[in-house]
Amino acid sequence: MAKTNAIGLTKADYKGAPSTLCQGCGHNSILSQIISALFEMNVVPEDVAKFSGIGCSSKAPTYMLSRSFGFNGLHGRMPPLATGALVADPTIKGIGMSGDGDTASIGMGHFKHIIRRNVPLVYIVANNGVYGLTKGQFSATADKGLRLKRQGENPYMPIDICMEALASNATFVARTFAGDPKQVKTLLKAAYHHKGLAVIDIISPCVTFNNQPESRYSYSWAKDHEAALHQIDFVPPREEIWLDKGMEPGEARTIRLHDGSAIVLKQVAADYDPTDRFGAIKAIEESYAQNVLLTGLLYIDPEAPNLYEILNLPDEPLNRLTPDRLRPTPEQLAEVNASLFGA
Amino acid sequence: MSESLSQPASAAARSEVVNDFSITVGTINGTGSQTSNLTILRALFKMGIPVSGKNLFPSNIQGLPTWYTIRVSKEGFIARRDRHEIVVAMNPATIDDDLAMLMPGGAFFYADHLRPRQMRDDVVAYPMPARKLARESGAPPKLRDYVANMVYVGVLAHMLGIDLEAIHEALRYHFHGKASATDLNFKVVQMAAEWAAENLEKQDPFRVEPMEATRGLILEDGNEALALGALFGGLQFLAWYPITPASSVAETINQYIPKLRRDPVTKKHTVASIQAEDELAAINMAIGAGWAGLRAMTSTSGPGISLMAEAVGLAYYAEVPVVLVDVQRVGPSTGLPTRTQQGDITFTYFLSHGDTEHIMLFPANINEAFEYGWRALDIAERLQAPIFVLMDLDLGMNHWMGQPFEYPDQPMDRGKVLWEEDLKKWAEEGRRWCRYEDVDGDGVPYRTVMGNRYPGAAYFTRGTGHDECARYSEDPDVWVRINQRIKKKYHLGRKYLPKPVLDTMDDAQVGIIAYGSTDPAIVEARHILLHEHHLPTDYLRVRAVPFHDEVGDFIAAHEVVYVVEANRDGQMAQLLRMAYPELAGRIVSHSRSDGLPLTAEWVVSGIQK
Repeated sequence: MAKTNAIGLTKADYKGAPSTLCQGCGHNSILSQIISALFEMNVVPEDVAKFSGIGCSSKAPTYMLSRSFGFNGLHGRMPPLATGALVADPTIKGIGMSGDGDTASIGMGHFKHIIRRNVPLVYIVANNGVYGLTKGQFSATADKGLRLKRQGENPYMPIDICMEALASNATFVARTFAGDPKQVKTLLKAAYHHKGLAVIDIISPCVTFNNQPESRYSYSWAKDHEAALHQIDFVPPREEIWLDKGMEPGEARTIRLHDGSAIVLKQVAADYDPTDRFGAIKAIEESYAQNVLLTGLLYIDPEAPNLYEILNLPDEPLNRLTPDRLRPTPEQLAEVNASLFGA
Repeated sequence: MSESLSQPASAAARSEVVNDFSITVGTINGTGSQTSNLTILRALFKMGIPVSGKNLFPSNIQGLPTWYTIRVSKEGFIARRDRHEIVVAMNPATIDDDLAMLMPGGAFFYADHLRPRQMRDDVVAYPMPARKLARESGAPPKLRDYVANMVYVGVLAHMLGIDLEAIHEALRYHFHGKASATDLNFKVVQMAAEWAAENLEKQDPFRVEPMEATRGLILEDGNEALALGALFGGLQFLAWYPITPASSVAETINQYIPKLRRDPVTKKHTVASIQAEDELAAINMAIGAGWAGLRAMTSTSGPGISLMAEAVGLAYYAEVPVVLVDVQRVGPSTGLPTRTQQGDITFTYFLSHGDTEHIMLFPANINEAFEYGWRALDIAERLQAPIFVLMDLDLGMNHWMGQPFEYPDQPMDRGKVLWEEDLKKWAEEGRRWCRYEDVDGDGVPYRTVMGNRYPGAAYFTRGTGHDECARYSEDPDVWVRINQRIKKKYHLGRKYLPKPVLDTMDDAQVGIIAYGSTDPAIVEARHILLHEHHLPTDYLRVRAVPFHDEVGDFIAAHEVVYVVEANRDGQMAQLLRMAYPELAGRIVSHSRSDGLPLTAEWVVSGIQK
């Protein structure tokens, strides 16, 4: 019998249609980590809504969470689509699945603006530096000098998703690598419990078009060059935080989230403060100079008000309010009429 | 002290013209002239005289010429006119043009620091010491340009007989009861009126008299009317991006949310209003919200509609309710952003790639703007489709007389939405629910919305091919079936749309079809055609596309039908010829687009034999 979680569900309850992505595609491993994370956190699938744009990454929501509402919208427009939908029900958590084309090119404006609004959404960028669904064009995150079949050499500097997020005052910014499933899963759990927008830039190799060893988006390069900022644990609400044997409290940093859950970062590199935005930018900049793939929780501000708070919306779902609470009274209309310029 | 008086005797001898003329004011924008013009408009309205005001303004914040035309009509005709009986010139850059537009025998009021190149001898001219009185008013120097524009209000008040108390009331309203601003401006008005009494000799025939024709009416612009209508329609989500001439729809909604839409239970707001980063975001947000079960709307103008095209196709095919308000301005391109046009008819009708056709509503006055503000939300949810409300700048931004707004006469129609208890009932009855299944034969499927926790309620919405159960499909038969069903929904759905309004005359052979803000010009043109050309006409005012059967019947019943509209290509005529190819020979397009509201004279020019 399949293993069940605390709410009696099996992993199958978190799955979707069989994936039609390429075998070995990084996106498939992201999908399985999303499924595992939600399973392990005992999330009710009906409490999740999934959103995506267009591209290989955006096909992914079909292959998970078939018990959740989902909307596969237009290329680059996942952020506004999810924003509008999530306003309807604050008891729903959004998972947005995007890619580097979807986010860093056609949807760049929306990416920056959903960050400003701090929408309660896990914003995943499955980043592989290439347009897969249209067969191998450079994306805006592709390295300068990258050579691709049929495309020649990329003459442009890449856009760094995490830098863009930090520049826009994102309240949760992480980078990870699809080949590091444990870190992916832990960051997903932390992102899910973050009250605002959580950006996770996941290097997710495209085995068909951009997996040659010299590419920063290949499995081999990322594996060889991954430099994790810290070892990261996620502690669900109401569970006790415990540290590894022999570890001193000073060696770990605990970040409390709004719902009582916590992120525990055990320092493996030099002391890193994920609440220092400028430090995060500096660390990314330095990672390029050091030619490493910096991964982990780059930045977090767990307290910033989210969109519901900004809009002063009720705690109950707006989409369940009955007409009597939505249509003002005839007396109110009479007042309005009386206040207008009349003869 | 009037200067140009070569024909004083003839002017004085002419019989008086009471409550039947146009006043056009030429000023510099950004100098507060809108306050002066609205004050005159409101004061005349307060006196019981039918009026309309058209702001002909530049796409600029400060410094360019701007005009405002007030129509005073005892017969209640409120269309713009090309005739200017009274012209007020306050702008050195346009004084010669302003003088040239004045009709022979007209009255010319001008600031006395301006000099026309050559004064006409067939008009009466009144110089006004605008700067001098502004100085003497005690207004601080930075406000002098503003109060100088109050001088013409006072001079006109005296010379035409506008009630000063009505002006005072208009100022109080304008300044929201703020005493200091009201007092300062009213003081200038009084000073100017007194100055005119002492120094100007009345030599023109124009004056006003109180009437009873506006009692009980309000004076409002269409954008505010529509915004209020949407709030009374239970609007829950608005996404918008600033654009002339649509911005005031959203701004009015934002202004009224705390007053009208604070939840009685939680004291929180029951409308989310988001200023988006662009129109692409605005429509995608509204689609997300509509999909999730909120009454959602976006407001924009033509350029925004262009950007929204792809998303509208998604809403059409994924069957998401959403309302798009298009306050039309002159296109193509940036065009004339502050001028009016009915130019988005065909574009909106077909908006998106692929096979699409959209529902459009055409409010013609502030009361219909209010009504369609709530009704469009009902129709969108009933038909699970994008619904367009096509306003234009003339209706949206100018002040129109109307009845006080009427409370919606129907309960809110939330359409075919299934919640947990509905699905439970379906299951008990052994019924299977599939998102895109035509259960009732009306082409409208049942939907669930995000947040519904019932097992099987969730489904995956996509703009890609899908079958009745919302599963991905590239099957040719499925594609045909789903799209034919959407077409059926569109055509059967017309029963929810406002019917055309018919007005007939005895023995009329000629028909006129028009829509939206051109209504006053048509009404007046028919009056002229009947009385001056002995040509009775029937008039059908279309209020929605797709057309009701009455439209085809109307065309069939007339030898010739003029389709009158404010665009270059006769866009509604094109849709009519397409809808009624067998009647196309009877349809004559009479259209024009110059950025200005149509006049009755121009309407007549294309219809008289």
